[in-house]
Amino acid sequence: MFLFLAKRFGASGLIVIGITFITFLLSYFIPADPVRMLAGRSATQETVESIRHQLGLDQPLPVQYLKYLGRLVQGDLGRSYKQKTQVAELIASRMPATLKLLVGAIFFEVLFGIPAGIFAASRRGRKADNLAMIASFVGVSAPQFVVGLLLLWVFAYKMALYPLGGYGGLSHLILPAVTLGITGGGWYSRMMRSSMVDVLQQDYIRTARAKGVRESAVVLVHGLRNAVLPVIAMIGMDIGFFMSWTVVVESVYGWPGIGQLTWQSIQVIDTPVIMGVTLVAALAIVIGNFMADLIMPLIDPRLRVR
Amino acid sequence: MDCNYLLRSFFYFDLPGIEFAVSYAWRKFLRKKVAVTAAGVLAVIILAAVFAPVLAPHDPYEQFFEGLTLQGAPLPPSAEFFLGTDLLGRDLLSRLLYGARTSLIIGVVANGVAVLLGTFLGVIGGYVGGFIGGAVMRFTDLMMAFPALLLAIALAAIFTPSLWIVALVIALVNWVWVARVIYAQTRSLAESEFIEAVRSLGASWPRILFLHVIPHLAPTVFVWSTLGISTTVLLEATLSFLGIGVRPPMPSWGGIIYESQSYFLDAPWLVFFPGLAILMLALAFNLVGDALRDVLDPTQRGRG
Repeated sequence: MFLFLAKRFGASGLIVIGITFITFLLSYFIPADPVRMLAGRSATQETVESIRHQLGLDQPLPVQYLKYLGRLVQGDLGRSYKQKTQVAELIASRMPATLKLLVGAIFFEVLFGIPAGIFAASRRGRKADNLAMIASFVGVSAPQFVVGLLLLWVFAYKMALYPLGGYGGLSHLILPAVTLGITGGGWYSRMMRSSMVDVLQQDYIRTARAKGVRESAVVLVHGLRNAVLPVIAMIGMDIGFFMSWTVVVESVYGWPGIGQLTWQSIQVIDTPVIMGVTLVAALAIVIGNFMADLIMPLIDPRLRVR
Repeated sequence: MDCNYLLRSFFYFDLPGIEFAVSYAWRKFLRKKVAVTAAGVLAVIILAAVFAPVLAPHDPYEQFFEGLTLQGAPLPPSAEFFLGTDLLGRDLLSRLLYGARTSLIIGVVANGVAVLLGTFLGVIGGYVGGFIGGAVMRFTDLMMAFPALLLAIALAAIFTPSLWIVALVIALVNWVWVARVIYAQTRSLAESEFIEAVRSLGASWPRILFLHVIPHLAPTVFVWSTLGISTTVLLEATLSFLGIGVRPPMPSWGGIIYESQSYFLDAPWLVFFPGLAILMLALAFNLVGDALRDVLDPTQRGRG
């Protein structure tokens, strides 16, 4: 068990290093020359060279990468081109809003997805199953920005049930969280269904049924514990995916989180911020996966032996 | 390497029995009402895109003087402009018809490149193995941990987005899933008994690869060629909505919504119709792809 976690931890570490290499290369190849931007248009060749030297941009690629890593370890993600602050500070100040949205979205996708999947699996092949699966595909195929704008139009503008975007308490949170959760809800219900269908075909379920256990108990007590495992692994991944998909939802609702920061940075091509967010989101995916690895053995004792 | 095998792997599908398998799958597909309806929707959208110049009532680029109210607001749906006009007084229906071309071209090209790349790397990872195969799969793991949307944003920020660049960017982030699936399948094929049998008969590796492994991957590749397009279409629409998709004035469904976002409370048709178009296209590809998987992949039968 410990060895397994240590291995996973090592693999996660390698992936993090790989990710830093990609973000480094991306920022390296972005055509906008930071030196020119700092020096201004009228700078002489000598000034440009000296700034290049000061920034260490005249050194070989591997050296620059190692320096970049060194800065990352110290929590230095560089400076924003437009907002003259540290990228790390910008991201940290936006983090609470995004985390709030993330928790809300995961709550909604689990709330919709898991019961829908269980329901469909227990009525496999019947009309209710087909309808639930078409509904899940609608959830998966609906572009989030369209869902967001339409929910805003119906519930906030026409019916005036919720505020028209902005940051605040529960009433502000509901629409963005539903919008962000709708895609995941669709995936979860499909995953939950197929995993439950598999589990319900196993021998121990037949034994339970033969013992005369109520069907609802067979599904919810005996089946669920096994069937929910892949979904939990998926939630771990989602934490990271949401970090990037919030770009859309936050820009629609004016939610002042990391997504909005990214959107604003896209509009002015503020590369250091985009790269910083990418790095943080990738890190979140890795952490989410690792957390899923930690939680799964708590639910499934078989995994503790590995 | 004997390139003959590459050619012959195509003729593999001429073998007796394949005709029966195809017609069997086809009949099973036709029995799925939802999938057939979705295929019909898809056919309508494709025809609309192909015949856009004939079908469009107006020039999609022309800014009509009578297409705006006196206050300069867009017009709601009317007899002259069936689906209304956009903020510049252009006919929405015509722009949607031409926008279908953008969506479909990017969907098919980006997904095609992603499937080719994913299949190639997946086969290398699963069949070649060793150091190269391992390295390829570690790279795939790495890319899976990379947030696709942000990577696409970063890449679109590096290159100036045009139709082909957007397609390429999407392909570069989407091949990972195909590679994963193909890898798993190639691995299990490579370890299966009939491959072992062929190997013990002394078949060379290109022969095994092209005549025995790759033909078995065909159904999966086929399924992903349709299923993956829906992801691609959604990603293209999202990039356009964020303002980093294809360049205006070229019509794209996500771009139409991006342009009219500020005005959408008063002109909801500018969001509703393109949004519906994106949803229908993505949904249709998903439903058709899902049915194909059901029909073609025996291990998935009755599960999906």
